[in-house]
Amino acid sequence: MATEFVARGSNLDLVGIRKEFPGFTAIDDLDLHIPAGEFFALLGPSGCGKTTTLRLVAGLEEPTSGQILIGGKDVSHTKPHERPVNTVFQSYALFPHMSVLENVAFGLKQRKIADPLKRASEALDLVQLGHLAGRRPQQLSGGQQQRVALARALVNRPSLLLLDEPLGALDLKLRREMQIELKAIQIEVGLTFLHVTHDQEEAMDMADTVAVMNKGHIEQMGAPEKLYDRPKTVFVSKFLGQSNLFIGKIVETSANSLSIDVVGYKISVPKDRAEKHTGKIAIGVRPEKADLFQNKPADSSSQNLIGPGEVKDIRFTGVSNQFLVDVPNIGLVTVFEQNEGNSTVELGDQVWISWKVEHSFGLADLPADTLDEE
Amino acid sequence: MRFALGKWALPLYTVLAFIYLLIPIAYTFVFSFNDSFKSNISWRGFTFNNWLNVCGEPGVCDAFGTSVLIGVVSTVLATILGTMIAIALVRYEFKARSQVSLLLFLPMATPEIVLGAGLASQFFNMGVTKGLGTVIVAHVMFCLSFVVVTVKARVASLDPALEEAGSDLYATPAQVFRKVTLPLLTPGIMSAALLAFALSFDDFIITNFNAGPVDTFPKFVYTAAAKGIPAEANVIGSAVFLVAIIAVVLVQLNSARKQKRLLAGK
Repeated sequence: MATEFVARGSNLDLVGIRKEFPGFTAIDDLDLHIPAGEFFALLGPSGCGKTTTLRLVAGLEEPTSGQILIGGKDVSHTKPHERPVNTVFQSYALFPHMSVLENVAFGLKQRKIADPLKRASEALDLVQLGHLAGRRPQQLSGGQQQRVALARALVNRPSLLLLDEPLGALDLKLRREMQIELKAIQIEVGLTFLHVTHDQEEAMDMADTVAVMNKGHIEQMGAPEKLYDRPKTVFVSKFLGQSNLFIGKIVETSANSLSIDVVGYKISVPKDRAEKHTGKIAIGVRPEKADLFQNKPADSSSQNLIGPGEVKDIRFTGVSNQFLVDVPNIGLVTVFEQNEGNSTVELGDQVWISWKVEHSFGLADLPADTLDEE
Repeated sequence: MRFALGKWALPLYTVLAFIYLLIPIAYTFVFSFNDSFKSNISWRGFTFNNWLNVCGEPGVCDAFGTSVLIGVVSTVLATILGTMIAIALVRYEFKARSQVSLLLFLPMATPEIVLGAGLASQFFNMGVTKGLGTVIVAHVMFCLSFVVVTVKARVASLDPALEEAGSDLYATPAQVFRKVTLPLLTPGIMSAALLAFALSFDDFIITNFNAGPVDTFPKFVYTAAAKGIPAEANVIGSAVFLVAIIAVVLVQLNSARKQKRLLAGK
């Protein structure tokens, strides 16, 4: 029966998508496969093309070239109302002239599904707003409106649920609460979620797979832990968390590691964690993977060691202390130390920085400001 | 001293301004009860006769009816056309959009006497007989700009995401228009229609050029003024004023009630 709910989500495939607007190209040759039932996040800064991608899938924009397939069916040239897709808009876009219940029942009524009001109230119960069904959207708080928007989309059991920065307008505490709730709902209903956000914490927290977008293409894609552990480009290493990058020529290659020379320091990275094995390379390490030492530790082949450098800034964030160390000829290096209540490092101290070779990662490209030195 | 002046000057000024605005209306209202004879200029005693026999004076009610008919037809036409133009101007990119926008302001800026005379000579050149049709054409023309300007403001403040949400929730473009766009534009369209009706109802200059033998209420009053306006005209003027005031009060009360009901969450 055509009006029957789709039991589970569907695959989404984007094949060679290109989208040009007058004067610029928003998306350039994008290929993407999202398996059914997955929580997929498109992460990127504003203007990277992530919202355009979402609008293309929703049918609100038409691709200049390429194909969009939902559950294997080509929908590239169908109108939004013909696609088995529902969207939670950034502004929520609740109809102000209808009650909350009528908002949620809108899609069901359009598709002439039996008992729209009953199903709509069930959907409102799912987001714990059953008691506000009679209100107008503008009488609800931001968090409540957000949940109504979610219920209005979910009630249609779409093959694919699109979320356009749905938590962007909420305050931090509510955001974290909604993240947990959203993830729980996704698991409960088992639909495919495509979530667009610029908040890396949000993306990593909720998504099974994160795709980092930059300038109209996907820089890197994978499970959050993998992406964080092994960023492959400068952009990903900086956008997803923080990174210290060291740039130098590869001077030594052994069976399973390679080393670069950075103004006299030897910094090593396992070969299988480096994107290239010759020439100039940027090697990075996460601030929390590095340790501070007030006395020079013994040299070890399993550790990278730089220093001494001067502590320029200490920021207390509660969970951790964040140190900014100025190492001569290298520049500022960030180190996070867990706040265990025993830090004796003070501003102006001379310290050494050390981290395990296996925590290094070698990037495929170099930071933009070092390119001209080549 | 300065303090006292500030305290009194504004209320005093406000009261004077209101008196200045209301005197003509009060005069019209009071003299609708005048027991007039031939002219209605001097007070000759109180009577309800004028109110009870509004149509007593030949021509008054016919002219009033004609004005209402012209007003309703022009309002409906101007509102439909103007709303479509307003949506097109805000929502669609097309060649010469800004020029069209500018052109729509012209009738508002042009003196009515020029519009009226210009249109009259057009009708003459084209050999169109003046009558009800020509008056309606003229009224639609000058009401259109006001409708466009009023509705345009409303369309511009409408979040495009609302219409997108409609189509995302399986509504065809026509259904989106009927279920989302139109209801949300209704307040703007209603005020545009009221404005158009008011403009049409009391227009004299353009009407006078293009009406031919048709007698509208303003035309009747103007002609009658030469020999003294009949008190029945005062009655109609006062009645229109009262109806307008009552309508405004009712709308206000209704929206206050709605607001209350909404807050109660019913």
